[in-house]
Amino acid sequence: MNWNRKQNLTLILLNALGNNIISLTSLMGSLVMFVSHALNRSLMPPFFIKEYGKQIVAIGWASLPVVGLTAFFTGGALALQIYSGGSRLNAESTVPSIVAIGFLRELGPVLCGLMVAGRVSSAIAAELATMRVTEQIDALVTLATDPIKYLVAPRIIITTLFLPILTGVGNIIGIYGGYLVSTERLGFNPSMYIESTFKYIELGDITSSLIKAAIFGFLISTMGCFFGFKASKGALGVGRATTNAVVSASILILASNYLLTELMFKS
Amino acid sequence: MTDQSGEKMAIETKDLLKRFDNEIVINKLNLRIPFGTSMGIMGPSGTGKSVLLKCILGLTEYEGNIFYEGTLLEKQNRGTFYKNFGMLFQGSALFDSLTVWQNITFKLINSAKKILNSEAKEIAIHLLRDVGLDENVCKLMPSELSGGMQKRVALARALADKPSLLFFDEPTTGLDPLTSSSINDLISTIVKRDNITSLIISHDPSSINAICDEVIFIEDGGVGWRGKASEMKFANHKLLKKYLGSLQV
Repeated sequence: MNWNRKQNLTLILLNALGNNIISLTSLMGSLVMFVSHALNRSLMPPFFIKEYGKQIVAIGWASLPVVGLTAFFTGGALALQIYSGGSRLNAESTVPSIVAIGFLRELGPVLCGLMVAGRVSSAIAAELATMRVTEQIDALVTLATDPIKYLVAPRIIITTLFLPILTGVGNIIGIYGGYLVSTERLGFNPSMYIESTFKYIELGDITSSLIKAAIFGFLISTMGCFFGFKASKGALGVGRATTNAVVSASILILASNYLLTELMFKS
Repeated sequence: MTDQSGEKMAIETKDLLKRFDNEIVINKLNLRIPFGTSMGIMGPSGTGKSVLLKCILGLTEYEGNIFYEGTLLEKQNRGTFYKNFGMLFQGSALFDSLTVWQNITFKLINSAKKILNSEAKEIAIHLLRDVGLDENVCKLMPSELSGGMQKRVALARALADKPSLLFFDEPTTGLDPLTSSSINDLISTIVKRDNITSLIISHDPSSINAICDEVIFIEDGGVGWRGKASEMKFANHKLLKKYLGSLQV
């Protein structure tokens, strides 16, 4: 009897595990098909140039304030923390280089990625999901327009291209935030600060920052488009798509950041 | 494709079957819509009327065959079908981010023909007049329009590329009786004037009577009754009688 019960429990667990693996594999499969469809079709005419222009403004330009403010305050706080921690080891002079390297390698791309995930991924998911539940995506099909090519490709391509630019700007603003706090509050000499900032920065720090940002941009837009496009069931579906997009994009950014860091800086 | 009487078919379905999991929604439906005919599909909610439309449009997977002008519709040749086709959706489905004129001329602007914005606006104004709206509506966003106006704009969009085939999904849902009546009259006039083959999905007999030549009453996913729209109220079909009776005020 006891043995049977154990066997049943094992079967139930195995069944649940199997079902989860199947649904995860199926989700991954449809995600890959979805993205490859979008990217393949984006190479063929018509190119919907206006849509790309709209996305540059909505995704690139409109994200600048949020990215800039986040980077500026984080740069300032980082300088204060490093100064406070460094003073225990008599290493206050490392503030400029650690702020710069820390921002370029980690904080810049990750913070920009997370802020843009919150702003853009949710906006994309909500917009596409609303279009789905109000039959606007079906209407596109009946107007002889491929909705993935028209709606998805511009969003993925523009976010992937523009997150590195946003991250570049964020890095500069973040390092400037650290500079401002260090020189105005902590008594650093401005010219010495600038000199130490550039002394230890390597080209690899900058390229790794931009590569990370491009990958995060791809993940953010893909999650927003995928969950938005596949939404159903009215307002509930729109809410669910938005939540799924932001949560999955954020987790993927953090997880892929670790993998990329391993890959780029292990040596 | 022609039937035994030699009549040419615009749309034909053969053994069309659609199931969701184990539930069969459309059960081996054979539908024939001759050229120039206005065909109404009527039936209670949940009988698969809108699903039938989605199958024909290729928006959902199905079993069986669908023919357009005698050619089997497949993924590869749906482009030709959409080029000659227009549709009025239940909720109008106008694009929120585009103005009225951009909505109306969407297909023209994004087709290979490439027309100028000024030309597109002219076409939009002409179509707006055709559906009984003023040209001032042109620059408005869809959210600034009433339900009836949205339906008219959506109809103008469906007509923009001069389709030979028009589908209507519940064209008067959510509208008051007066607006419904004017939308029905408008659709009927345009469809007859331009000799457009049309398929109207509706649960509203007044829409069906105003627009359609023939009616199919859907029952259990198949054809429950088929006949002329004018004969519908005299039909000797139990469920149809009950259905029409329940709608009388």
